[in-house]
Amino acid sequence: MNLHISKDKSLEPARKPFLKKLLSSRLTFSLVILLIVVVQNIITTPTFFRITITNGLISGYIPDILDEASLLVIVSLGMTLVIAATGGVDISVGSIMAIAASFCGLMLNGPEYRTDVYHSPYFLALLVGLLGGALCGAFNGFLVAGLKLQPMIATLILFTAGRSIAKQITHGQTIYIMNPTFKYLGVQIPGVPVRTTIIVSFVMILIVVLFTKLTSLGLYVQSVGINGASSRLVGLNARVIKFMVFVISGVLAGAAGLVGSSSLGSVNSGELGLNLEMDAILAVALGGNLLSGGKFSIAGTVIGAYTIQAITTTLYAMNVRADQLNVFKALIIIVIIVANSDVFKERIRKLTGKVVRKNVSVGG
Amino acid sequence: MKDDRKTTLPGQGLWIKRKGLSNTGILLLITITLFVLLYAMSLILFKDSNFAKFSVFFNLFNNKAYLLMLALGLTVVIITGSIDISVGGVTGLVSMVIATMLMDGRTNAWWTIPVSVAIGLAFGIVQGYLIAYLEIQPFIVTLSGMFFARGMICVINASSVPITDEQFMSWSSAKLYIPFLYNERRNGTRDVAYLTPAAIVAIVILIILIITLKKTKFGRSLYAIGGNPQSALLMGINVRRTRFLAHVLCGLLAGVGGFLYTLFAPSGNPGNGYGYEIDAISSSVIGGAMLTGGIGLPIGTLFGVLINALIERVVPLLGIVDASWPRIITSAFLFAFVVLQSVFSNAGMKGGFKLLLPGWMKGKVKMELKETVKS
Repeated sequence: MNLHISKDKSLEPARKPFLKKLLSSRLTFSLVILLIVVVQNIITTPTFFRITITNGLISGYIPDILDEASLLVIVSLGMTLVIAATGGVDISVGSIMAIAASFCGLMLNGPEYRTDVYHSPYFLALLVGLLGGALCGAFNGFLVAGLKLQPMIATLILFTAGRSIAKQITHGQTIYIMNPTFKYLGVQIPGVPVRTTIIVSFVMILIVVLFTKLTSLGLYVQSVGINGASSRLVGLNARVIKFMVFVISGVLAGAAGLVGSSSLGSVNSGELGLNLEMDAILAVALGGNLLSGGKFSIAGTVIGAYTIQAITTTLYAMNVRADQLNVFKALIIIVIIVANSDVFKERIRKLTGKVVRKNVSVGG
Repeated sequence: MKDDRKTTLPGQGLWIKRKGLSNTGILLLITITLFVLLYAMSLILFKDSNFAKFSVFFNLFNNKAYLLMLALGLTVVIITGSIDISVGGVTGLVSMVIATMLMDGRTNAWWTIPVSVAIGLAFGIVQGYLIAYLEIQPFIVTLSGMFFARGMICVINASSVPITDEQFMSWSSAKLYIPFLYNERRNGTRDVAYLTPAAIVAIVILIILIITLKKTKFGRSLYAIGGNPQSALLMGINVRRTRFLAHVLCGLLAGVGGFLYTLFAPSGNPGNGYGYEIDAISSSVIGGAMLTGGIGLPIGTLFGVLINALIERVVPLLGIVDASWPRIITSAFLFAFVVLQSVFSNAGMKGGFKLLLPGWMKGKVKMELKETVKS
């Protein structure tokens, strides 16, 4: 037994630099994409870096991108952990957003649907919303960890039913909340010059990074994702980790739902976070994370999310219609993914290798 | 010599080794029982709504022929351990292209058939190449396929386009009556069961697929690479080509499904086919396919689709007007089924399900196991 451990230790230092290199190369790749988009923007719009203060809010291209990407960033943080631990995806996050926001809206409006006065304290309503998200996450987690379902199928249940459930919670109505304090979370807290969405998304990133770096959670998630059976032999409870990851994803999706509904000033269960799950998965993949689980990088995901939003904003600026946006998005994604694929890189290396060898033979 | 080849067919040995045969059989049995139970229940509960009529039963096929196509395509890729979520987008794209082609009678309706097939094939080939030969994750590739198809629909036409072409509408409204299957109405007329051309095409393709997956080398290698690509490679199967062909087949079926959908709902609409990939995946899973690969049968998929169609028909009869309830009930159903699946497959791992098998079946499985061990 001891022998095995010492063997592993001797292997570790040899492997780690290589993996780290690989990871960093992936990270640099998504960074390069982001840079290209930014440079393209600078060329087409000279005002790209200009930041002005209007109505006591910092505004401009970059703050706009940061603001619009905030929901995506929050959701994809949870998605990263789910993908890393289970090797599957959580496609119910959009629906969870709607459910959490519906809970919150119902608490605030009360049974009489009064739009101006809060029926219950604001923070209690937020807490209930988050709890709703956690509950949905726990349901997903139970299916995956307890019943050993594939994550995609398990979350498919809430994906199809979630919006309908949210509709039932709000009795089929769009909830409007006129109280100005409701907009604090999604627009601006008076006196603070930065949009609250940006602050919230940064805080969430910080929390998740601290959680995964300072505690052993990140390590546990990775080891469960790489090999569940062997991490069990080491003494990790893979089931608990998987369950926890889904609950975290649920809470984060709930938070995104609260922020999203707050910036709209209403809860529309049919529209809130629609198709966001697909963008979130994309953000994780663009960030260089393997969708098959294991090693993950929060930084990569965050960069991926901002890249997607930057591409979207750029395309809008180029007068692409919203419904046609998907074509360009798809083409860009394909190019990025192909260029980032190991097989493609290998082929390029072979091609260039041949050229070098030819040169050498000619020279010799 | 011939027998020797039979026992060493790729996939077959693997299949039994993983107890896939028994698992598949059990799951199929559950699905079929569930469908029969559901149908019997609706027969008893809703005496007035004609569930005893042949025509109502056949209408399940007529209404969901397109979904059967999409679900069969997904079953094929799911068996190989892959996934395709672009089928809904392809369905919408095909219907929009057909509607635009037939606008103002510009083109002959016959041209719509090769065009729909070509669109499906194009998606299948590109996605298959990226997944099989460049080894990119199928989810991401087909996700961008979905984005592309959805966007292309709006590039072609962002508004609703009705189809008025006479030839096309005659296909759409054609009915093949089955003369000996009828029920007497109260006023003495006969309510004869019928199949639409779409349903006939779907059933023919279903039969072809059942035979392909069961009897051909290609079909068996699909199971083999889904079960364990490494050992399939060692067996000498061209894993990449098989995976590529599976996606091409799925794309082709999505194209055909799009055509059948347009026959069913003859108009081009930007929202067409939205979310159908999820319907198709859930039908496939209810039909006993497992997303981990290696397990699944086309005939199970048929029953998955039928259950889907039945729920859609039954829920309004329960007196629920709210449009959001069918989705909740379908999901509850999916939930119940996957739980059942999980319980059975877990029991299968521990050998608990053997009690459910009759004795002669047990013997057969053992014999086959021995044979594979020998070979």
